Amino acid sequence: MLLTLVEWLLSKLAPPVAEGLFRLNVIPWLALMLPLGGFAVLWLWGDAIKRDREDRGAGLLACLTVILAFDCAVWTGLNMHKAEAEREGERQTLVRSLEQQGADASGLKAIAGPYQPYQPYLLGRPDIDWISVAGLRIPFGLLLDPLTLVMMLVVSGVGSLIHIYSLGYMAHDPERVRYFSYLNLFTFFMLLLVMGGNLPLLFVGWEGVGLCSYLLIGFWFKKKSASDAGNKAFIVNRIGDAGLILGTILAFHTFGTFNLVEITDAVAARPAGLAVITTIALLLFVGACGKSAQIPLHVWLPDAMEGPTPVSALIHAATMVTAGVYMVARLGPLYAKSATAMAVVAGVGAATALVAATIALVQTDIKKVLAYSTVSQLGYMFLACGVGAFGVGIFHLFTHAFFKALLFLGSGSVIHALSGEQDMRKMGGLRRKIPWTFWTFAIGTAAIAGIPPLAGFFSKDEILAGTLAAHKPLLFGLGLLTAALTAFYMARLLFMTFWGSFRGDHEAEHHVHESPWTMLGPLVLLAVGSASVGFLHVPEFVKPVFRLEEPAKVTAAAGVLGHLQSPAAQAAAHGAHAAWLPYVATLTALLGIAFAYLFYVRRRDLPDKIAAASRTAYRVLEEKYGFDLAYNWFASRFVVGGSSLVLWKAVDVAAIDGAVNGTGTMVNAVSRWARLLQTGFVRGYALVMLGGAVALVGYLLWMR
Amino acid sequence: MSGALAQPALILSLLLFTLGVVGVFLRRNVITVFMCVELMLNAVNLAFVAFSRQMGTLDGQVLVFFVMTVAAAEAAVGLAIIIAIHRHQDTLDLDAFNLLKW
Repeated sequence: MLLTLVEWLLSKLAPPVAEGLFRLNVIPWLALMLPLGGFAVLWLWGDAIKRDREDRGAGLLACLTVILAFDCAVWTGLNMHKAEAEREGERQTLVRSLEQQGADASGLKAIAGPYQPYQPYLLGRPDIDWISVAGLRIPFGLLLDPLTLVMMLVVSGVGSLIHIYSLGYMAHDPERVRYFSYLNLFTFFMLLLVMGGNLPLLFVGWEGVGLCSYLLIGFWFKKKSASDAGNKAFIVNRIGDAGLILGTILAFHTFGTFNLVEITDAVAARPAGLAVITTIALLLFVGACGKSAQIPLHVWLPDAMEGPTPVSALIHAATMVTAGVYMVARLGPLYAKSATAMAVVAGVGAATALVAATIALVQTDIKKVLAYSTVSQLGYMFLACGVGAFGVGIFHLFTHAFFKALLFLGSGSVIHALSGEQDMRKMGGLRRKIPWTFWTFAIGTAAIAGIPPLAGFFSKDEILAGTLAAHKPLLFGLGLLTAALTAFYMARLLFMTFWGSFRGDHEAEHHVHESPWTMLGPLVLLAVGSASVGFLHVPEFVKPVFRLEEPAKVTAAAGVLGHLQSPAAQAAAHGAHAAWLPYVATLTALLGIAFAYLFYVRRRDLPDKIAAASRTAYRVLEEKYGFDLAYNWFASRFVVGGSSLVLWKAVDVAAIDGAVNGTGTMVNAVSRWARLLQTGFVRGYALVMLGGAVALVGYLLWMR
Repeated sequence: MSGALAQPALILSLLLFTLGVVGVFLRRNVITVFMCVELMLNAVNLAFVAFSRQMGTLDGQVLVFFVMTVAAAEAAVGLAIIIAIHRHQDTLDLDAFNLLKW
């Protein structure tokens, strides 16, 4: 795009500059550093920008850096294919010349090797250390392979759209310079997370996005619930991060390296089912649970909706919360070596998917529904990883980023239209008043429900196929049930918001207005994405990363964009035993939507009747299975109680204060006696001096 | 050559030093004590010179100059303190100056 144009121009005008700049070793760094630069400028001189240009300067700068970062990612992707094609060409030439010389098959294989697509590129100077302590060397190195590329495109691409959307959404907020600086900082850390070539670097990105999440959840920190939600997110994530740190340390202890590629190489040489590998995988998964809001650490994500809606879309739907899925997929070869860890990942994923989907059924806050939906879909991704379909998990991550960002931004547009109202019970009938928002939102709903040929259909279908391929009928059943529930609650959201008649007061109805183009543009683009990205065959593209047993069929010349396939061909690729699956999945989704239509458009009295009939079950769902209650009880009982009894009264008062005060008392007692030596008589002192001198001389003369 | 001269000089030095020590301990008048300290310093000077001559080096003699410099400075500061104390206490009795104690 723009970058390619600049490259072409420079190669005409100043070839050495172009050659030095447009290299696979330079441009990805640029993608990483641009948002950081944007943050630095906004952070240091943000107020000056705001005063000079009155309104838009800060936001436009933030948008520009992220869009350029996206451009860099696109350039990287295009050139990666070029480099890959060259590599394959060289290999072919080598094979041909060997054949002409009459080498036999085995010798040929030994020299040319089988074609291994997309070996990871390590970016940066491996000889320059980031951390160097006593033999431990950690270079500041990035990793570039298809998985990184997909994540980079998601983060910077969806990130750009959300930045643009924020221009409109935050236009009236006096603190928008701070907002955009945080958003830029987040983009930097997220790119660092997905590009980092070793675990400590990944960890820095991981903590960085956690920090930005905290800052942005509590962006309106004068609101008590917002700052509380920020704290909750941060504290729950700490629990997960403890697991991540332990896992990282244990991985280093076991494999002697932090490098992600070297770890996956080292794992390949180990037998399956080692206890230590299971431990590493499970510890890292604790971290993933925290970041990606899986049971039992999912409680922070619904509360995180206190932040501005674009933040919910970017951080708490499209990118940051998928970091756990990314990490599990990145270390896929490690997980694949441990059946226990895989079972845990799949089990937690499936349980989370179902539990969160059922909670979403009874939520009345439009953003809360979407939040539980996100938790549920993340569970789906882990389910895919847990049955060994890492590529499919990443595929769902990829499609989910589009339609969930679309849904969040759409809900933001609804909230914007209603001047801040989030309760669906006070909406309704908005279909004709805000048609752009409605149509894009409808596409997003259909996509997440899994209506063909929209994006969600393909990825969800492949996850279900993955559970079948792994011979896990129970997981398949849970997945299918979740899919039905997903279709139901999303259709419920759509019908409650856009159908029927308006249920708010008259003044609110009068104020309903369509959002500005800065908000509608991203909505339309995301709707196009939600409708089309399912045709990109991401699983095949990222497959080489996971080094699975079966040979990768991908060819170098065909990149992401080359993988356009018809749905029928994709379904056929699943194998004969899953041929019926797309029809079943589609039918399930349609059934869910039909039920929602029945309940929330045709017979509006039915939901209340059912709720009354099944009082207990309804209460359980309303209380979100009591996770928050249990944690509150535990915290107030054991954490606060234990802290005050043990930490405060025993450790702090008795031990620490006791030690400090005891030292003082002891010094006092000793000096009560010692001060008597100070007589005040000059000749007394002189006598001591003389005695000392005599003793010293005596020692020197006789004792030595 | 010089060994013969060194021994009497050292004996004299010892006598002077002992005189100084005894004076410091037995006398009460600050001025006298002060002069006894000077006596000790000069006894040491004599010993330095004697040794210097016996060894045939200049080290001892250089040290003597240092000691004399210190002694001069000490005399200046010491006498000033004595004058100040005398103005304050109206006495030169060493045992009266015993405020600095517990």
